[in-house]
Amino acid sequence: MSGTDLTAILPFIVLGGTAIIVILAIAFCRNHRLTALLSLLGLVLCLIAIWPASDMAPRHVTPLFVIDRYALFYMGLIFAASIAVLLLSYGYLAARREQPEEFYLLVLVATLGAAALVASDHFASFFLGLETLSISLLGLIAYPRDHEKPLEASVKYLILAGISSAFLLFGMALIYARLGTLEFARIATLLTVNDAQPNLYWLTGLALIFTGVGFKLSVVPFHMWAPDVYEGAPAPVAAFVAVVSKGAMFALLLRYFVTANADGFGPVPMMIETVAIASILVGNLLALLQDNIKRILAYSSIAHLGYLLVAFLAGGALQIEAITYYLVAYAVMTVGAFGIITVLSAGAAAEIEDLDAYRGLIWQRPWLGGAFAAMLLSLAGIPLTVGFIGKFYAIAAGVNSAMWPAVIALIVGSVIGLFYYLRIIVAICATNPDDATAYIGAIPKTGGATLAVLTLMLIGLGVYPTPLIHLIQVTAAQIAAK
Amino acid sequence: MNLLWLILTPLIGGVLAGFTGRRNTALPRWLSLACLAIDLGLVLVLWVTHDSTTVAANGTWLAQMDWPWIPQLGIRLHLGLDGLSLLLILLTLGLGVVSVIASWSEITERVGFFHFNLMLTLTGVIGVFLALDLFLFFFFWELMLVPMYFLIAVWGHERRIYAAIKFFLFTQGSGLLMFAAIVALALINYRQTGTLTFDYFALAQAQLGPTTQMWLMLGFFIAFAVKLPVVPFHTWLADAHTEAPTAGSVILAGLLLKTGAYGLLRFAVPLFPAASATFAPVAMTLGVIGILYGAMLAFAQDDMKRLVAYTSISHLGFVLLGIYAGNTLALQGAVVQMLAHGLSTGALFILVGALQERLHTRDMRQLGGLWSSAPRIGAIGLFFAIASLGLPGLGNFVGEFLVLLGTYRVASGFAIAGTLGLVVSTVYALSFVQRVFHGEQQTSKTVVDFSWRHMLVMATMIIALVWLGCYPQPAFDTASSALANLQRVASERLSRPGEP
Repeated sequence: MSGTDLTAILPFIVLGGTAIIVILAIAFCRNHRLTALLSLLGLVLCLIAIWPASDMAPRHVTPLFVIDRYALFYMGLIFAASIAVLLLSYGYLAARREQPEEFYLLVLVATLGAAALVASDHFASFFLGLETLSISLLGLIAYPRDHEKPLEASVKYLILAGISSAFLLFGMALIYARLGTLEFARIATLLTVNDAQPNLYWLTGLALIFTGVGFKLSVVPFHMWAPDVYEGAPAPVAAFVAVVSKGAMFALLLRYFVTANADGFGPVPMMIETVAIASILVGNLLALLQDNIKRILAYSSIAHLGYLLVAFLAGGALQIEAITYYLVAYAVMTVGAFGIITVLSAGAAAEIEDLDAYRGLIWQRPWLGGAFAAMLLSLAGIPLTVGFIGKFYAIAAGVNSAMWPAVIALIVGSVIGLFYYLRIIVAICATNPDDATAYIGAIPKTGGATLAVLTLMLIGLGVYPTPLIHLIQVTAAQIAAK
Repeated sequence: MNLLWLILTPLIGGVLAGFTGRRNTALPRWLSLACLAIDLGLVLVLWVTHDSTTVAANGTWLAQMDWPWIPQLGIRLHLGLDGLSLLLILLTLGLGVVSVIASWSEITERVGFFHFNLMLTLTGVIGVFLALDLFLFFFFWELMLVPMYFLIAVWGHERRIYAAIKFFLFTQGSGLLMFAAIVALALINYRQTGTLTFDYFALAQAQLGPTTQMWLMLGFFIAFAVKLPVVPFHTWLADAHTEAPTAGSVILAGLLLKTGAYGLLRFAVPLFPAASATFAPVAMTLGVIGILYGAMLAFAQDDMKRLVAYTSISHLGFVLLGIYAGNTLALQGAVVQMLAHGLSTGALFILVGALQERLHTRDMRQLGGLWSSAPRIGAIGLFFAIASLGLPGLGNFVGEFLVLLGTYRVASGFAIAGTLGLVVSTVYALSFVQRVFHGEQQTSKTVVDFSWRHMLVMATMIIALVWLGCYPQPAFDTASSALANLQRVASERLSRPGEP
């Protein structure tokens, strides 16, 4: 392994190093602030390490990883999201009795897994990254271990992770049996050389892999776990699951399909379109029935993954651009929405997740309430917010490939979605003085600052998305050139 | 002058009002008024400095600005002001001032946030009237919804939440259909020319097959029809107008409905002329249904505000009829009708709002005989009621008459059926006056008459309406080159080889 290789994987090295330092720090001196600072510093260094790495891109490091600009962009997104989650968690954990230090360690390891996923170009690294991510998530979900709900959620996630891994492995095995390779790029070459028509092995393998990934993405019909896990997990962890875990999986899925030319084959587009439409409709409809904000956000996340799948099918340069922009938008608004729950719950014994508890929030805490309303409007895709540009991309991608059923589903889903987002906004803006809930405890400073930054990004990227689109177009070209 | 200032001025005013509202309740009102006055001044300067001769030389556009916004997607900050936009922006700012004054005593809580939303809605409306980039147009189209939603949901009456959500869902759902049509149009143009653009003038050149054109036109039409509202899509209107606070009702009826008509005039017809021509009989039928059905519904109401709300459906039916009749007379009539309806219905909503503020009811069964205790309100109510029924000499008459005249030339049946609407409107307008102001006084409360502030507003609106009725020529002159341009764009497309 040469120096160039090492520079290319510098973000991994820094992240791994940080994890080890944090372990040692916890072993020698258990101090919440120190651990948080170290972890934060490590993640910021990881972000910085992307610059030297990008000079080496694109580069294959061992057969397992490819460090191209696409991977580095997604790593940047993942690191930034992790930093936001860490900052939100700090105040949240400080107010709780549990020993908070290992939480940071788990977040670091999970981030490492997610970063490995977006850079993997091989089934082995795919699986390694996935398991690193999943197993750390188990610990994170069950972190408040003297409560019942997180434990239940964690067990659910454990079973799910096991099953989806089994599907994945079986799918990989089938493809290996047919083609004799685990490398994404080789798969494409072998397919074109061997036979124009992919056979049953290949298709079954692909379907099984899509099933495994579908579980992780919680798209319908593999979505059952999401609301329970979101509800049970601590709010910052739910944000992590929703953004980092799903985002990394989606980035990987995109790379696999683009590199291995998988999306044009036979029934594959139809399969994805069906899943997309089902996710949009089921996610939005079930969200209507919820009174728990975390569950509403879980179902809304299912619907958003459906919108992403619509963009996924578009193909061409627009595909990567649309998905990447949407994922960034989704990250900002989802971390933001869960962030509101996190900072509000910081001083409370149990998490404030009941819709009624938010009544009149905007009058008591105007900035917080306003930020929450902005996040929800962004999730609904209203202009001035980043979600609007995201929705524009999704619709443009759907229209471009003339998938009218998916576009109609997207429109219908957005209208249904608007209804439950408005329900929350109605609660936030309730004017009846009897409804007012007393919000105990101050808002943690780190959390408040993070939310302010997220809200500014939400509006900034909604009003002037040009720089981000430019960045995405520069990075998207890397994978599209294959 | 930079057109962006027309949009930014109310926006800045709204933000300032929002920030100052926590400490002071009078300051947001004065700030909003000041910003609207400045904006009004800017528009008047534009109007006065461009007389009709220079306009013709300038190609109908009084002013344009074209800045890049999202260059990668071909989205530009392209604004343009022609006579049509100018008249509607004047109406917007006028009604904006009126709304601020009308809510002076009605809104006492969260004044800053109220004016923030009010000014933001006006910003969106002005943006809609100026945008010449379809993406930008949709941006403003959606932008005006959110603050309007808050206006209804926070300061509205009893069933405000229901009304606000219904309003938002109807407009948002139909808006997304239009958005899909906009994106499809841009992508079709992209495949033909190789440049991705949302520019109005560029997209007007796209070659469309008859089926595609019809589908895209329907996408636009439904969005505008919901806003207008056209009869099968009208159910949100009565709830939203009734539950909104007075200023909200004035803006909804006076301005938001006009954005639908404007959209049809500016986009749906010129961009898809062949499909619009095919569709015209359907649209005109819907227009006539709206005229008659809206008037009948209005007559059947006991709630004053609902009555006024349903008259909007009837009046906007004339606008729809005029737009799809398509000749100059009918289009001129539609524009005057839009202006006159904004004034007369806005005034009626203020009047009804003032009565509700005093009597805490809108139910006409509990009212009556108010003339004796509040003669000013009574007289003004009578004036606007007969303006609403289309008395000659007032603006509504000019609008309705021209629309019917223009329609008669292309489709006499529709014109004859539409005329019946004038009869029904007499019934509801006079019964409104009778039930509220005459007869036995039901309530023992003494009704405080209009204050000088209200009288000032009402006097201005009366003068404007009389002016529009007796001497509408300035309005015609201002709008004529813009309307001629829209007709020209449409006819050029129709006569181009390769068009269906």
